[in-house]
Amino acid sequence: MNAVAETRTPSSLRLVLTLAIAGLISGIAIIGIYESTLPTITANKARELREAVFKVLPGVSQMQALVYRDGELVAVEAPDKDEPVVYGGYDEQGDFVGYAMPAAGPGFQDTIAILYGYQPAEKIVVGMEVLESRETPGLGDKIYKDAVFVAGFSALFVEPEIIAVKKGTKSQPNEIDAITGATISSKAVVRIINEAHAEWSAQLPAPGSEPQLRATEPAGTEAEQ
Amino acid sequence: MKKNQSQEELIKGIWRDNPVFVQVLGMCPMLAVTNSAINAVAMGMATFFVLVGSSFLVSTFRHLIPKQVRISCFIIIIATFVTIADYTLLALVPTVHKELGAFIPLIVANCLILGRQEAFASKHPTKLAVMDAVGMASGFMLALFSLGAVREILGDGALFGINLFGENYEPWVIMILPPGGFLTLGVILLFFNWFKFKKDEFLEDVAAAERSGN
Repeated sequence: MNAVAETRTPSSLRLVLTLAIAGLISGIAIIGIYESTLPTITANKARELREAVFKVLPGVSQMQALVYRDGELVAVEAPDKDEPVVYGGYDEQGDFVGYAMPAAGPGFQDTIAILYGYQPAEKIVVGMEVLESRETPGLGDKIYKDAVFVAGFSALFVEPEIIAVKKGTKSQPNEIDAITGATISSKAVVRIINEAHAEWSAQLPAPGSEPQLRATEPAGTEAEQ
Repeated sequence: MKKNQSQEELIKGIWRDNPVFVQVLGMCPMLAVTNSAINAVAMGMATFFVLVGSSFLVSTFRHLIPKQVRISCFIIIIATFVTIADYTLLALVPTVHKELGAFIPLIVANCLILGRQEAFASKHPTKLAVMDAVGMASGFMLALFSLGAVREILGDGALFGINLFGENYEPWVIMILPPGGFLTLGVILLFFNWFKFKKDEFLEDVAAAERSGN
């Protein structure tokens, strides 16, 4: 096209065609980049989840996804979309260690998504990892940056419920020191765990009768959500 | 002559026409993602990629794109590059992508990018357009980095996550909160305007001296 063409009003067909071709090329480019990055993204997510499970459950080296179906907790290959799922953690001999429970709820800014390790035999939380949060940098983000607060979840009794208390006043096994300057965010984490515990406690089997690790399963292949 | 012009297009974006400090464009990512140096640099690099890519395409196809639909075409081109940057960051550096969150897709709406297409790339040959884009994007990245570095050093006592002052430093938390962004940007803009004012004053003095000398 040259300068003469630009001075005349181009036909509508040309306008439509230009946009259609641009859209088509753009679409192809987007599909291309989506398809080529998808395997890496899925693998990243699976690895993140597996690392988080191993982090909140000390001593665990194998895991499998568990869902509640027809009145009992069963191991599944891949949970259905939007189906509530917990992860069973097992040690090297395949013995059950504890559950890694994903939970989410409102924080100060936006939804906080966490994963916490739970040992049903002693009814204690053994670890907590924040998976997703948009809490205020410098204040609310201490729920995952403050090592003392995170360490507070390493042996926390869940019954009747976890209570966040003012820093330095922890006296009961079910109490945890809240973070100064991030009271709302730390209480939100505690509430999320309490709510998830209340929801799941009826669905988890009695201690000792947890689902067995499926023998054919190589470690951690069920990490994909 | 030709070489000088392309150099000129490259350099002007970094200092004289700095997109942030002089043109005051792209304020949304400027204030939103500069709470740490690494976020600022990642955002700067994503914007660099999008701006240079779009300027190249827009300038190459500038005679094929009818005037009436040029803005839509620019946006399609920019949005494609943004999507590519979005997925690439998600695949390569998931932690950074998580921090930047919604601001990666919002690069589409960065007026700096559309502004360069409309004001420069659609009217100039490809080589000059790419030079201009590289200069502007570097200026933008530099601005983001200087703001991010100041805010992280003051607000967190660290740079790129490396602790600078040791345990006894009490972080000035407000600097990594939104008000810190406005404060820092205000001070930097103040400096740039003071500099410009002083320079004008100096040039006037020189002119006056020359006049009286004659």
